[in-house]
Amino acid sequence: MGIKSDIRLIDDNGLRIDGRLPNQLRPIKMEVGVLDRADGSAYIEWGGNKIMAAVYGPREAYPKHVQEAEKAIIRARYSMAPFSVDERKRPGPDRRAVELSKVISEALESVIFVEKYPRTSIDVYIEVLQADAGTRVAGITAASLALADAGIPMRDLVVGCAVGKIDGVVVLDLNKEEDNYGEADVPMAILPRTREIALLQMDGDMTYEELTGAIEMAMEAAQTIHKMQIEALKRKYVEVE
Amino acid sequence: MNEKRGVRKIVVPGELIKEMGKPGKGVFVENGKMYSAYLGVVEIRAGYVNVIPLSGCYVPKKGDKVIGKIIDIAPMNWVVDINAPYYAPLHVNDVPWHVDFGYTARYLSIGDVILAKVSNVNELGQVWITMKEQGLRKLEGGHIIQISPFKVPRVIGKGGSMIQMLKEYTGCRIYVGQNGMIWISGSPEGIITVIKAIRMIESEAHTYGLTDRIKAFLEEERGEEHGN
Repeated sequence: MGIKSDIRLIDDNGLRIDGRLPNQLRPIKMEVGVLDRADGSAYIEWGGNKIMAAVYGPREAYPKHVQEAEKAIIRARYSMAPFSVDERKRPGPDRRAVELSKVISEALESVIFVEKYPRTSIDVYIEVLQADAGTRVAGITAASLALADAGIPMRDLVVGCAVGKIDGVVVLDLNKEEDNYGEADVPMAILPRTREIALLQMDGDMTYEELTGAIEMAMEAAQTIHKMQIEALKRKYVEVE
Repeated sequence: MNEKRGVRKIVVPGELIKEMGKPGKGVFVENGKMYSAYLGVVEIRAGYVNVIPLSGCYVPKKGDKVIGKIIDIAPMNWVVDINAPYYAPLHVNDVPWHVDFGYTARYLSIGDVILAKVSNVNELGQVWITMKEQGLRKLEGGHIIQISPFKVPRVIGKGGSMIQMLKEYTGCRIYVGQNGMIWISGSPEGIITVIKAIRMIESEAHTYGLTDRIKAFLEEERGEEHGN
């Protein structure tokens, strides 16, 4: 973000560097139930992102002092593999991973019926195998599939979706170049049924009008991604027959 | 499961349920509309609309017969893993033997498997189990497999028809715990057949006409055993 350059991110025809329209998503592929040992799991390919999500629990929360007497705690862990980016990333949680783990936990907690399982923890592990901008939103999308696969009661599926601003134009779902050289990046988590927002961050700056337009754009895209999520969940069971 | 074939309707969390009826289990109501809370199948029973989850952990209910594994021993009780979110203590007063203080390990040791009953569950989710009832005992020998607790009713079948059929065709002894643990004892061939059949039930639990297909499968297996 904010690196000054003379790269043109939008050409004369209004297309982006990967040939997409401003309100077009990258290709998305989802699969549910990819891991045998986890209670629930999902794998997502979103443009160049490859992310695996696994859910364990609800199980008794340890250490005991983190238990909450009347609800379950949601512990999401976002982590990037050392080989997920161009230059080897030092393994282990860094400032960014800790922050994302926290905001993802809170976004997911807003849809789960946590009061059903007192004293337990639901652990969500999000592993980024390959990163290409927008990993947190893709991670949230995969995590909510994994939660549904684990049979955890939820109000809705959560859809992650990013919007941003490049060359003065509000666009949907930034890729790596657009993220690095663009003007703003707004990752969001949306509950598609009620159109509520579970997560909204903004890096860079936008005017009020641009932001409202961007949120509207993300809402529309969320409906599309939500349909893919439903399709992915049902596919696991319908193919059996 | 009447004569209809095909797949039952699958719903995802947050999906609107159009079926009419009173809200039952696995659904929630918002603004007068009913939505599913689980990834599951819709079932209407006695005027209530329920969503039966396709996966998930076992939630103990009072009176359930469960199969559990001893994972820890204390002077006055054992700790039993019944595959629920919480471990269940089994107190020495709840076993059919007279156990002196500190001698718990003589009767049940770590790794032993027991058939027990859930005697109480409180609103905090704490569970107590008992073995003081006819038929509850330590399970020795045999084979244990694990299925989703929500598929237990399909393995048992209507009025126990499915489990009865499995027992008749293979001559195995089978105990099905409500927590999804299944104990099978009998001839090795019988055990293999039962496991295959249960795996089949598990993967096709959301389809119609399951009993007939399992019956056909068992007939076929029995045919092979008799050498043709």
